[in-house]
Amino acid sequence: MRYWSLIFAIAALFSVGAFAYAPFSPDWWLPNPADEPGHVVSKAGREIDALFLIILWLSGIVFVATQAAMVWAQFRYADRLDADGKPVRPAHYFHGSQRLEVLWTIVPAGILLFLALYQMGTWADIKFRSAAPRTPVLAEVTARQFQWLIKYPGPDGKIGTMDDLFTINDLHFVKDETALIHLKSADVIHSFFLPQMRIKQDAVPGMTIPVWFDSDRAGRFELACAELCGWGHYKMRGEVVVHETREDFEAWQAARLAEQGRSQVGEPEDDDETSEGDRQ
Amino acid sequence: MSDAHVHPRPRNPLTRYVFSTDHKVIAIQFLFTGLFAFVLGGLMAMVIRWQLAWPWKPVPILSKWLWSDPALGGQMPPEFYNKLFTLHATIMIFFVIIPLLTGAFGNFLIPLMIGARDMAFPKLNMFSYWILWPGIGFLLASFFVEGGASEAGWTGYPPLSTLAHAAPGSLNGQTYWLLSLLCAGVSSLTGSINYITTVVMLRAPGMKLFRMPMTVWSLFITALLQAVALPVLTSALVMQLLDRLAGTNFFSPVGGSAGNGPAAVGGGAPLLFQHLFWFYSHPAVYIMILPGMGIASDVISTFSRKPLFGYKPMVIALAAIAGMGFLVWGHHMFVSGMNPALGATFMVSTMMIALPSAIKVFNWIGTMWGGRIQYTTAMLNAMAFVSMFIIGGLSGIFMAATPVDIHIHDTYFIVGHIHYVLFGGSTFALFAGIYYWFPKMFGRMMNEGLGKLHFLLTFVFMTGTFLFMHIVGWHGHMRRIPDPTVYEFLRAPGVVWMNQFMTVCAFVLGLSQLILVVNFFHSIVAGAPAPDNPWKANSLEWATTSPPPHHNFDELPRVFHPPYEFSVPGAEDDYLPQTSPLPPNINLDPVMA
Repeated sequence: MRYWSLIFAIAALFSVGAFAYAPFSPDWWLPNPADEPGHVVSKAGREIDALFLIILWLSGIVFVATQAAMVWAQFRYADRLDADGKPVRPAHYFHGSQRLEVLWTIVPAGILLFLALYQMGTWADIKFRSAAPRTPVLAEVTARQFQWLIKYPGPDGKIGTMDDLFTINDLHFVKDETALIHLKSADVIHSFFLPQMRIKQDAVPGMTIPVWFDSDRAGRFELACAELCGWGHYKMRGEVVVHETREDFEAWQAARLAEQGRSQVGEPEDDDETSEGDRQ
Repeated sequence: MSDAHVHPRPRNPLTRYVFSTDHKVIAIQFLFTGLFAFVLGGLMAMVIRWQLAWPWKPVPILSKWLWSDPALGGQMPPEFYNKLFTLHATIMIFFVIIPLLTGAFGNFLIPLMIGARDMAFPKLNMFSYWILWPGIGFLLASFFVEGGASEAGWTGYPPLSTLAHAAPGSLNGQTYWLLSLLCAGVSSLTGSINYITTVVMLRAPGMKLFRMPMTVWSLFITALLQAVALPVLTSALVMQLLDRLAGTNFFSPVGGSAGNGPAAVGGGAPLLFQHLFWFYSHPAVYIMILPGMGIASDVISTFSRKPLFGYKPMVIALAAIAGMGFLVWGHHMFVSGMNPALGATFMVSTMMIALPSAIKVFNWIGTMWGGRIQYTTAMLNAMAFVSMFIIGGLSGIFMAATPVDIHIHDTYFIVGHIHYVLFGGSTFALFAGIYYWFPKMFGRMMNEGLGKLHFLLTFVFMTGTFLFMHIVGWHGHMRRIPDPTVYEFLRAPGVVWMNQFMTVCAFVLGLSQLILVVNFFHSIVAGAPAPDNPWKANSLEWATTSPPPHHNFDELPRVFHPPYEFSVPGAEDDYLPQTSPLPPNINLDPVMA
């Protein structure tokens, strides 16, 4: 009978094993660039990952301790009967311990309060509007079923004028510069998710929400929609390109602007109207 | 309750078995209905898992039956996938776990455990069961309306749910979904009023509040939660219904429109719905876990042959979870666009609600410590409840940490967490309850061998199914997507392997439940006759016959002590029923006096 405790022990060990193996496999760990799986590209990401690791360690220790206590109790205090069918040993008769109750209330309370206060700064840095960078807005990103419409200010530096640059599912910014976007939605709720930069923010119709992020590596990254937005939610994928230098970015922007002028797109579609090709 | 109220058992089979006012019959009706819905919701989960492991591969049976059209080529349409997870969650939450834990166990156990002849309002009780059926009817009917069933998720966020053109399921299906939930809500609300009144008014002589078993305490506190929170959900649902049908604009922003649909006049706020919804639905998570905590406490104490460790702290912790449960709803909305300063306060309250849960875990282990643990199927399931609830509780801390939540919000990490709480927690407690009280319900014993086999397979494959959700989740795997391979980082072989592994485990997990079905029905018909008190437990339900007579107790019991007096030194037996006067030569621990 007491060997049932082994099932619990094996399940706990298996869980710990899977979580312990995860950091050693890029596919199992927090998402990072494929060629550099140990490196987190964004400042927010580094802070979030550090916090994640603290919680993972703390909860791992609590998990192992509680599971070990339980498995030990299961094994040690299993009922055993002697030859006459009488219990070998009676159960202890006690109703609790005030000292233990106080102890296991205060210690976890302290740990939880520490966690709550410790992370407050990181949260404020990533989300509080007062922490938003004082840089000009990189782009206005409008989510709609099922694509990301991105509007960059043209040479005049203002969004909403004739020389704006429009892209779809294609967000560009510069390495080591904090990119600030204004996030909007044209129809339902979406969520702007940059897994490698650990950034997520819902896009809510009727609201304009500032979001900022950075990357210390140039390259291509993925932009995902994380909030259910309809049948095509799963394929609402965008690309993020981080340029090595501001010159690269500006060259790309100029080339695209020229292309946009040539193709006579001219007045782009209004966000509130739908054009053909949105829904396949 | 005076004996003048004892009515004979109705003779007419219609009022005896169908439209019965007997709480035990209603409980068994809830049990069968909930288990039926469990099968339905479970089958949907299998289809969901199939699609995630092998995206767009023809689904066995379903593809031939539903998607044989050459344009579809046997593929499940993505909107159908959205319907599946919407309905899976809706069924499991509103028609399985809540009706089973509060409806079936609440109904069966509250009067028996406090020594009452029936519920305070038997006719209202009958109503609370039968109103569930229109709910199930609306949900099933919604598959056959134009556009099909709702596909806005079980959270039904507007504007996806309110703009008719935002999704096929929002055309008509969402209206049916709202009506269905309104019925389920009325069922819970009428039930909760009944439970509160019964516990307050109908306790047997001597049954002081602090002599009630934890199961009754947990069901009582759950009922209080429901009575306070449900009106808010009901108003949110009615507001959404009005937005859809009557042209109101509670949740539509100015000019809101989707999918070439007409623009709404607007002026409302989509976030308002989220606040109202989570003001109910976060407490609802506790509604789904508190009764499980009560059941686990009773089962663990009985089969450790030892008093529950820290009875009063356990009651206080339950009350604390319930009270603080109303202050944490915003943790579902950290990245919703809600003011981040508000998120910071919700983070602190959410961190602190982990505390009473931790206290409970320590007390359960303390109960087992020094006991004489008997490995019955009920006990194994109750211990699995504790073991899995630890994982579900600890993973909650990751989400409570707002910066970490930015990354894991709306990923499979959340899905893993909720399944460890609701499958690892609530469902194991449910199984523990079934194995424990089956003899009292049906007067026959279940097969312990089959029960243990069922437990073993469920425990192993549950871990295989849900553990890796955390890992794919922190890798960034979004929830509610039918095809992760659209994304490069989710196309990685490790992620694909985990998705397939989880699916295979889910299939075995689903198949293992057949053992329970066989055991359950075979035991009802051919199980060994059950004695009155097969587990040698103390609480009042074991003082009457198995199954109890229509009026529960031939003579109303008198209660002499708390329910957990096991292994009292000097006593003849290792248990002391609440109805037995204390023998003169022994003394109880003064803590419990």
